[in-house]
Amino acid sequence: MIFSKKKNPVDLIFSFITSVASISVILITAGILYVLFTESSLSIEKFGFFKFLTLVDWDPVKESFGAAAALYGTLITTVLALIFAIPVAVGIAIFVTEVAPNFLKGPVGIAIELLAAIPSIIYGMWGLFTLAPIMAKYIEPFLQKTIGKLPLVGILFEGTPLGIDLLTASMILGIMIIPFTASISRDAFNLTPAVVKESAYAVGATKWEVVKDVVLPYSKLGVFGGVAISLGRALGETMAVAFVLGNNNQITTSLLDAAATVTVKLANEFTEADKDIYLSSLYYLALLLFVMSFIVLAIAKFLILKAERRSNR
Amino acid sequence: MKKILSLILALAVVLSFSMANAEETLNGAGATFPYPVYSAWAYDYHKTTGVKLNYQSIGSGGGIRQITNRTVDFGGSDNVLTPQDLNKDNLLQFPAVMGGVVPVVNIPGVKEGELRLDSEAVCKIFLGEIKQWNDKKIKDLNPKLNLPDKEITVVHRSDGSGTTAIYTHYLSGACAAWKDKVGYGTSVKWPVGIGGKGNEGVANYVKRTANSIGYVEFAYAKQNKLAHTLLKNPAGNFVAPSFDTFEDAADTADFNAKNHFATWLTNAPGKNSWPIAGATFILLAKEKKDSNMKTVKFFDWAFKNGDAKAKELIYIPMPKSLKDKIRAYWKANGIY
Repeated sequence: MIFSKKKNPVDLIFSFITSVASISVILITAGILYVLFTESSLSIEKFGFFKFLTLVDWDPVKESFGAAAALYGTLITTVLALIFAIPVAVGIAIFVTEVAPNFLKGPVGIAIELLAAIPSIIYGMWGLFTLAPIMAKYIEPFLQKTIGKLPLVGILFEGTPLGIDLLTASMILGIMIIPFTASISRDAFNLTPAVVKESAYAVGATKWEVVKDVVLPYSKLGVFGGVAISLGRALGETMAVAFVLGNNNQITTSLLDAAATVTVKLANEFTEADKDIYLSSLYYLALLLFVMSFIVLAIAKFLILKAERRSNR
Repeated sequence: MKKILSLILALAVVLSFSMANAEETLNGAGATFPYPVYSAWAYDYHKTTGVKLNYQSIGSGGGIRQITNRTVDFGGSDNVLTPQDLNKDNLLQFPAVMGGVVPVVNIPGVKEGELRLDSEAVCKIFLGEIKQWNDKKIKDLNPKLNLPDKEITVVHRSDGSGTTAIYTHYLSGACAAWKDKVGYGTSVKWPVGIGGKGNEGVANYVKRTANSIGYVEFAYAKQNKLAHTLLKNPAGNFVAPSFDTFEDAADTADFNAKNHFATWLTNAPGKNSWPIAGATFILLAKEKKDSNMKTVKFFDWAFKNGDAKAKELIYIPMPKSLKDKIRAYWKANGIY
């Protein structure tokens, strides 16, 4: 509404300021994309798109760079983190909105939000000094002795458990994204009209049935939204995983093996990247992550929009 | 409204006052490894001369780029730039302080300084060719030690680092297989092992993981009380890492002003030389005479007054002979 018919000067200034603010977001995003693209042009020229995408090698000495291992690590940790986080987060949200007595709702809600406020570097340090030793000593040997013995799944738990691996990194990521998913889901659950829920209770539905058949279908959009936001966060999370993933450039089937993600690679190698092609390849990785996050979030947004339209009908 | 106006006025006065009194500042950026000692020197230098030194530890790669683009007064780098590189970008280079890298082990029953390794053994361990501590090669070097029949866990750096550059340069010089397969650099493609972030990360993993071997800066080995190994140097002697053996390496290394001191301190020929040491370098823009004079003044002061501080922080001060060579280099370039 930049040129509204009413020419009230205050209104004009106001709408001008808000439009500048929102346009700047688009400009900044475009600017970042532009810089990433120009900085990585050297590497794009040398390796091309498909070769860079599929090459597992990452050798700064011989100047051979490929993104496959880092992209693989990024996807695996993100998916695993979502698998860990979604059930817990939705459980928390259901507890807070439907199950918990009133005096508990406040404290639990605040605790979730505090979890979201912890800087990621602290998760990283905690992961390195506390979680990794626990994983290496107790949890991973236990997993190897139990599910590791099963056929097929067994290959997921091979190797010496050292605590610096995909599993530990995914768990930390999972813990980090729980609060986002949980608090958005909680808000979504709260939007379920009380009348609908009370009617369900009135016809004799149990609490489980109300949650399953009334609250969840009613608010699945909000839950989707929460998951999408956590997904974005998990894809780009850096410091929390940089300490516990080892930055080993390899594609591994075992979750107890060190690996690398795009962000971990950038955080670890950016400062000392001394050759132009090396730096350019790191920028190329960043560009791929940018595009990947963009696509994933676009898909998530698309799904939400589609579901929204269906429910409006 | 009046209040705000007067406030702005007061602020402007204060600002212009502080700007008029702006202190002389030197801006540097680069390697993270020497940051603690540079800032300690800068603190003392500021107290005695009033000149401020602002050093940002953004990494060697960043330091080289910043001085190449002439955005800082000096760059810091753990990498040794070749004379060709320096001439191409019209740069000067001299070493400022040194450090050593130490292999550290965690083997139950083996104490600090007990394990003897030669460069072939170290090389084969890091290549993954020697897999067990009771391998014949290691046993032959340590007939008295009771080495366990356990798999070796190799710990290396996950991040790019000058420490890695020095360590891999040592390995490249010491054995041909390493040079062919891996080479040297701030980060390399490690054949085996897990990565720890920073010296503290490697120190932490080695401490925690039984039967492991890693490499850290000398200071971290000392502070974390990690068991260092003895190494066989090119002269054939087993040496322990200490200020003396590092200084010996610096003394016997062939630093030459003609090629801008472009020398690695690894595999130094001296009888008591520790084989894995390295200098960290300062880069200057050749044409910026004025700011170079100021930078040189600072380092000249540090060479004269900073040795004790450097040792306190477990850096190795440069031997006097080398300092004199550097002063001659400055003079030859008209900045001293």
